[in-house]
Amino acid sequence: MQQPTTGQAEPDPARYPAKHSEEHRLHPAQHTGLPLRSGNGNADRIGQLTHALGWFSVGLGLMQLLAPRTVARASGVEDHPVLLRAIGMRELASGVGILNRRQPGGWLWSRVAGDAMDLALLAVAGASSGAVRKRVALAATAVAGVTALDVLAGVENSRRNSAGYARHAGRDVDLEKSIAVNRPTVECYYVWRDFQNFPRFMSHLESVHPLSDTRFHWIARGPGGDRVEWDTDILIDRPGQILAWQSVDDAEVQHAGVVRFDPAPHGRGTLVKVEMQYRPLPGGLLDRMFGAESAGQMEDDLRRFKQLVETGEIATTEGQSAGRRSPIMRFWQRVTG
Amino acid sequence: MRANCWHGKNDVRVEQVPDPAILNPRDAIVKITSTAICGSDLHLYNGYVPTMEQGDILGHEFMGEIVELGRAVKNLRIGDRVVVPFPIACGNCFSCNEQLYSVCENSNPNARMAEKMWGHSPAGIFGYSHLTGGYAGGQAEYARVPYADVGPIKIPNGLNDEQVLFLSDILPTGYMAAENCGIRMGHVIAVWGCGPVGQFAIQSAYLLGAARVIAIDRFPERLRMAREQSNAETLNYEEVDVADALQEMTGGHGPDACIDAVGMEAHGLGLMGAYDRVKQAMRLETDRPTALRQILRACRNGGTVSIAGAYGGFVDKLPFGSVMNRALTIKTGQTHVQRYMQPLLERIERGDLKPDLVITHRMALDDAPRGYEIFKKKEEECIKVVLTP
Repeated sequence: MQQPTTGQAEPDPARYPAKHSEEHRLHPAQHTGLPLRSGNGNADRIGQLTHALGWFSVGLGLMQLLAPRTVARASGVEDHPVLLRAIGMRELASGVGILNRRQPGGWLWSRVAGDAMDLALLAVAGASSGAVRKRVALAATAVAGVTALDVLAGVENSRRNSAGYARHAGRDVDLEKSIAVNRPTVECYYVWRDFQNFPRFMSHLESVHPLSDTRFHWIARGPGGDRVEWDTDILIDRPGQILAWQSVDDAEVQHAGVVRFDPAPHGRGTLVKVEMQYRPLPGGLLDRMFGAESAGQMEDDLRRFKQLVETGEIATTEGQSAGRRSPIMRFWQRVTG
Repeated sequence: MRANCWHGKNDVRVEQVPDPAILNPRDAIVKITSTAICGSDLHLYNGYVPTMEQGDILGHEFMGEIVELGRAVKNLRIGDRVVVPFPIACGNCFSCNEQLYSVCENSNPNARMAEKMWGHSPAGIFGYSHLTGGYAGGQAEYARVPYADVGPIKIPNGLNDEQVLFLSDILPTGYMAAENCGIRMGHVIAVWGCGPVGQFAIQSAYLLGAARVIAIDRFPERLRMAREQSNAETLNYEEVDVADALQEMTGGHGPDACIDAVGMEAHGLGLMGAYDRVKQAMRLETDRPTALRQILRACRNGGTVSIAGAYGGFVDKLPFGSVMNRALTIKTGQTHVQRYMQPLLERIERGDLKPDLVITHRMALDDAPRGYEIFKKKEEECIKVVLTP
């Protein structure tokens, strides 16, 4: 693939004709067919549940702190104000943690731990002579119910946290990342325009090959060996400036991408900005591929793109020499790829 | 091939490993003729550097003969004799264009890991943990050298290995430390640490015009080398109060610039030393900045502190108020070796520098474990160990 070697070479319009004329320069995402939703537009059930659990923790914690005897009576256990106050502080801390943090995952799990502790305490208290069995049972059921909600919220939050830059609006995932490349915009454009380069810097892609000048066939393979294939069309192609592509209508995988090549300030090369949308598949293959599951995967992909453009190769140590590895380390490395 | 591999704290073993191969078009394979153990290798040996894995090949100071070339390397030939710089630099990124080779943006495949630790990733380094890319090192019979069209420097006939080996790391490191001082006529420079880097820093300081160089250490053989080979005035910090002595020697000003050639495993005295050791053991502090604390206070107002010693993580109780209120300049970094190799080679050819004089021990690669041990314990007056595969 020929790369221009000097400055800002003029791209040959005949080779890469622009798909849309000047007048139709709408936001590229509007052509993708996948509705671009804003972050807080839609009902976010998990977010609401997390919020509710946060307030529940605060409320319960305050009650336990300020009125331990009442709480003890209601739960049918003996009166232990010091213990109940300590539990109340813990609840309050969890609640405040959940409400304050943008990533409440850890605090949600602390609630689960607290629930486990409460259930254990209730079991012990229920066995003692001063307990009102029916009330204890009711309290335990309530705690168990809340535990289930905590676990659900915790799991969903963990999944979302690892999405990194993804805004989970509805079911489509939207990822954005940019990187500075020390090369003129046209050079960056040409490397990206040759979609056959994608497997060199995007992980989990087995191949991308052209069916025509503007249609490409993608094959992706997950670490487990599962494989998906789909076709995309290039919708916008302004050499040296912007590229946008989208899955064809009946493709198994619905995804779209836009990449912009803007000159970085003060002659520092190019700012490459990538935006990708996709509809997640069961099994999370697309998540792994497009970076939603492992935060920073897309960062690594862009880092490798930068290496490809700047140095002509991807920095690697795979296949290098090494001494005897412990069996555990060898197993771990095989499992984690 | 045989290679010296890390297996844990105080455990390095020379074992049979696969030969290296060309992995990228800009690679070269070097048949190593000489290699050395660095003071910073001791941090790996002592277990202070995270992300090491059993079987990692150590060594970042090496030289030898090109035996294989990737198809994109045009400036070298099979059979060329080269010294390889320890930072791996692509030559194409913004940092490399600025000659900041030790922070190359492209050469660390584990950049994300390093970013988590340090905010941004520096360059990859040979044989220095997976944080810097996990590249196999040069205490071996062969090594794979990435970006061979940028790093290795050709050595002319007439110079033996021992004269040029240290172009790979410690000589440029000492030189850059001195250069960073911004030495002007009449300046007094103080150097903490009389290991090989300290010796080269002292010698470079004189070459760059220092009027006086004062060297600080506690090991008699190192202080003697600083006096006899590097022409420094010496202070033994176990015998004198260094802060007081420096004040006396500089009319109360303090040295115009100070070089830290000690780093994160500084030997701590007294209560502060105990504090650092305890915190380090509890993993509450990763580095022991004993020398650095003293250096920051001793430096003249408005002077420069040049830090060549290696640090990894976080340090406690740095007198930053002293730094700010007295207008100090701090310059530091892993050495941008590629920048200095050619000029320093010329100085060696002219006889301005004789780097081989720091070598105290020569052994076979197979004896590397013994080399590490005596180097760590400073036995047999060990100052620098060179290994021959």
